[in-house]
Amino acid sequence: MQEKEVIIIGGGAAGLAAAVACKQKGIEDILIIERGDYLGGILQQCIHDGFGLEKFHTSLAGPEYAQRYVDQVVDKKIPFLLNSLVVSLTLQKEVIVINYRGLQHYRAKVIILAMGCRERTRGAISIPGARPSGIYTAGVAQELINLKNYMVGEKIVVLGSGDIGLIMARRLTLEGAEVITVAEKLPYSSGLPRNINQCLYDFNIPLLLSHTIVDIEGNGRLSGVTIAQLGERGGIIPGSKRKIACDTLLLSVGLIPENELSREAGVVLDNITGGPQVDERGQTNIPGIFACGNVLQVHDIVDNVSLEAEYIVEGVTEYLEGKLIKEREIKVELGEGLRYVVPQTLCRLKDTIFSFRVNHPGEKKILIFEDGKKVIKKKFLRRVNPAEMVRVKLSSSEIEEVKTLKVKLV
Amino acid sequence: MKKKSNHFDMVIIGGGVIGCAIARELSKYKVNVAVLEKEDDVGWGISCRNSGVVHAGFNNKSGTLMAQFCVEGNKSFAKLCRQLDLPYKKIGKLVVAKKKEEIKGLQKLKQQGDANGVDNLQIIDLNEVKRLEPNIEGIAALYSPETAITSPYLLTIALAENALDNGVSFSLNTEVKNITRLSNSHFRIKTNKREFTSSYVINSAGLYSDYIARMAGIKKYRLYPCRGEYHILDKNVSWLINHLVYPVPQVGAGGLGIHLTPTIDGNILIGPSNEYIKRKDNLSVTSSVMKMLSAEAREFLPLISPVYIIRSYSGLRAKQAPSSEGGFWDFVIEESDIVDNFINLIGIESPGLTAAQPIAKRVVEIINKKERLNSNPNFNPFKKSILRFEEQDEETKKALIKQDPNYGEIVCRCEKITKKEILEAANNPLGARSLISIKYRTRSMMGRCQGGYCLTRIIEILREYFDLNPQEIILKGDNSYLLTGYRSNEVSKPCKKKKLLSSEEELLV
Repeated sequence: MQEKEVIIIGGGAAGLAAAVACKQKGIEDILIIERGDYLGGILQQCIHDGFGLEKFHTSLAGPEYAQRYVDQVVDKKIPFLLNSLVVSLTLQKEVIVINYRGLQHYRAKVIILAMGCRERTRGAISIPGARPSGIYTAGVAQELINLKNYMVGEKIVVLGSGDIGLIMARRLTLEGAEVITVAEKLPYSSGLPRNINQCLYDFNIPLLLSHTIVDIEGNGRLSGVTIAQLGERGGIIPGSKRKIACDTLLLSVGLIPENELSREAGVVLDNITGGPQVDERGQTNIPGIFACGNVLQVHDIVDNVSLEAEYIVEGVTEYLEGKLIKEREIKVELGEGLRYVVPQTLCRLKDTIFSFRVNHPGEKKILIFEDGKKVIKKKFLRRVNPAEMVRVKLSSSEIEEVKTLKVKLV
Repeated sequence: MKKKSNHFDMVIIGGGVIGCAIARELSKYKVNVAVLEKEDDVGWGISCRNSGVVHAGFNNKSGTLMAQFCVEGNKSFAKLCRQLDLPYKKIGKLVVAKKKEEIKGLQKLKQQGDANGVDNLQIIDLNEVKRLEPNIEGIAALYSPETAITSPYLLTIALAENALDNGVSFSLNTEVKNITRLSNSHFRIKTNKREFTSSYVINSAGLYSDYIARMAGIKKYRLYPCRGEYHILDKNVSWLINHLVYPVPQVGAGGLGIHLTPTIDGNILIGPSNEYIKRKDNLSVTSSVMKMLSAEAREFLPLISPVYIIRSYSGLRAKQAPSSEGGFWDFVIEESDIVDNFINLIGIESPGLTAAQPIAKRVVEIINKKERLNSNPNFNPFKKSILRFEEQDEETKKALIKQDPNYGEIVCRCEKITKKEILEAANNPLGARSLISIKYRTRSMMGRCQGGYCLTRIIEILREYFDLNPQEIILKGDNSYLLTGYRSNEVSKPCKKKKLLSSEEELLV
């Protein structure tokens, strides 16, 4: 059993930023455990640009963004393991790792969960029809094309307007494929507006809102899909079905935080985010187990992942110094208009960044924090969109006195 | 009986669980046997879509072959699984009555089971139901402790591979086109590949066995495809039930009702539905049935939620009874009365998997009455399966990685399948290399991410170790290619990267 001060599970955007921040705070004994061949995680297959606008004030490609952190990890000599999969995590913060050298046991004072997320699949959304080849989740197609240099199809329909689907619609077009349409079940896109413009409209790819796939055909390879328009209540509008011949269906229908290890350790999860329930510094219900990045909540911008990772490291250092004392326990209540809030509980009198997602797109909305009848803070939001995470900071002085806390969007 | 080129004493048409069981049974004798299978691997028709239940035999009408062979098959199944190194768990089954009126149905089932020779059946009351299955709604149940589960695809594969070890030839991707009789009374079997001749034909072509029989001039059989759809639930809700949970069967139904089946791997299956369809190759899932399955399952198990579903699929039953009649017609296992030495297996539906071995023995009996088959002294009933790394204890795991570092790379993270297991699966003796063949042999791509993590890794392993071209990477069968473009048509030799382990070594980004 090897002892470590901090073990970071996952060497992607969140894990790397957390590692660098830990080192900067003077924590020496760190280990990053990464299951892939390289550090950087999913960023390495995101070869489009637009990363780093907030963090570095410049537009970087995914691998460039990752490299900024990889360089720091190497410069600061932060130890990491590659090709190493954590297969077990316990309440006692013991970790079992499998790699070519065998099975290793570690115990850490702090575990930072940074495992990211996985894609929702066809099975999870019960699309009817046959099961031919040529159906990929957008991220798998991205990996095959960008990292492995394979092309996945020629005539493509994308279901779901998540950001990866939009990015891949453009990528496949640039690679010579014909992207026939992007169909989205909801009456609004679940991707960022800038991606709708730059990936679809600039390439004349039609976005069909309120549409879904009702049948899949193909003997061997996919030969076509049937799409249909959905009415206001989600039912299929009669007569709206139409067949589209295609050889590839890309699914971009949501991301799910990868919390199998967290669950095994006894970490309590939030049903809506799919991530752990945390306090204002990312600590889960298990003291010393922290979470950041997409394993905590699915982010739309990687810069926020890095910022979140740096932010929770404040809690990690305090925990290691024995200063992370629970001063209170206030459950953050969710009011109208919002789908979720992170953190779910407040334990201390600290400046706190709250992250939200709204239920529906809207304009001229006000986000209200209240303690009973007393309004703590109001924030005007010119435009809100479920695709865009809202982040709002409350200072310690604003939340010092509160007994309860409720947030709502009106 | 002498072997000529392409001549076999017996040709088995169809490599499903029945064909493979017959092949293995015949390999106990000194005969030359070939199995012709139209797909790229065994078991892809009806067999691999089976629930994997080793039935006890109380569902079948007394006096039928179904009842007799099911009971016999159940009693010898554990031994078969030991010989073939297959997973087998006797978890027991509850047929649950939800209303008072259904209790009569339970008693009838028990009487039928007792008459069939099923052991240890008992009717249990509400308290006992709750004790055995706290999450299940019901007022009484028939409890069958002898009902077990296994892996339908591993069973079919193991029967085939064991038969192969014992000298049976397998010709995959071989579709029978025409059967004629030569002047020396041998059969001539034309296929899409080459011609075979044989003294006997054993028609175990599943849903297509009526069609194969017709090729030989036997017109009396007709099979109807009856589709059953299933949902598969995530392993993390395997705690919901402990036993197989079935409804009381409805009179005249062609299935056993929508039931809950714990699989040998820890998932729960909901299904199958029961719907006569037109085409014998329509394996679609439909939105109406998918909704119905969830709703019916919730009747028993209110805790079930659609968010637990990781995949939906369907299988087909080979029904002799037309849809107007429904219900079960008994297995037909007979030599044709008009074509000598042509043995037909017709309508082998549930409990065909359980009964596979007794059915195979019956076929051998039929042949033995006509020939004196000499036993094969070299027959080896045993076969080792691919070692499952995840199921080993820690010391074994350490030793395995030391012995072969490929055990140290987890390729499928949901099911924790190592690179070594993928390599062994892809290296199978039947030579089946499609992704589905690897999936059935290892469980890779069967977990909650459905291949999101491992698909690319498996493609790379196939390319690197088996020199497959990108266009040779297929999902399942003809035209099921995955990739449409690549840098070069040549077999690219991916540069052998040293797998890095830590920061002391050079960085690979």
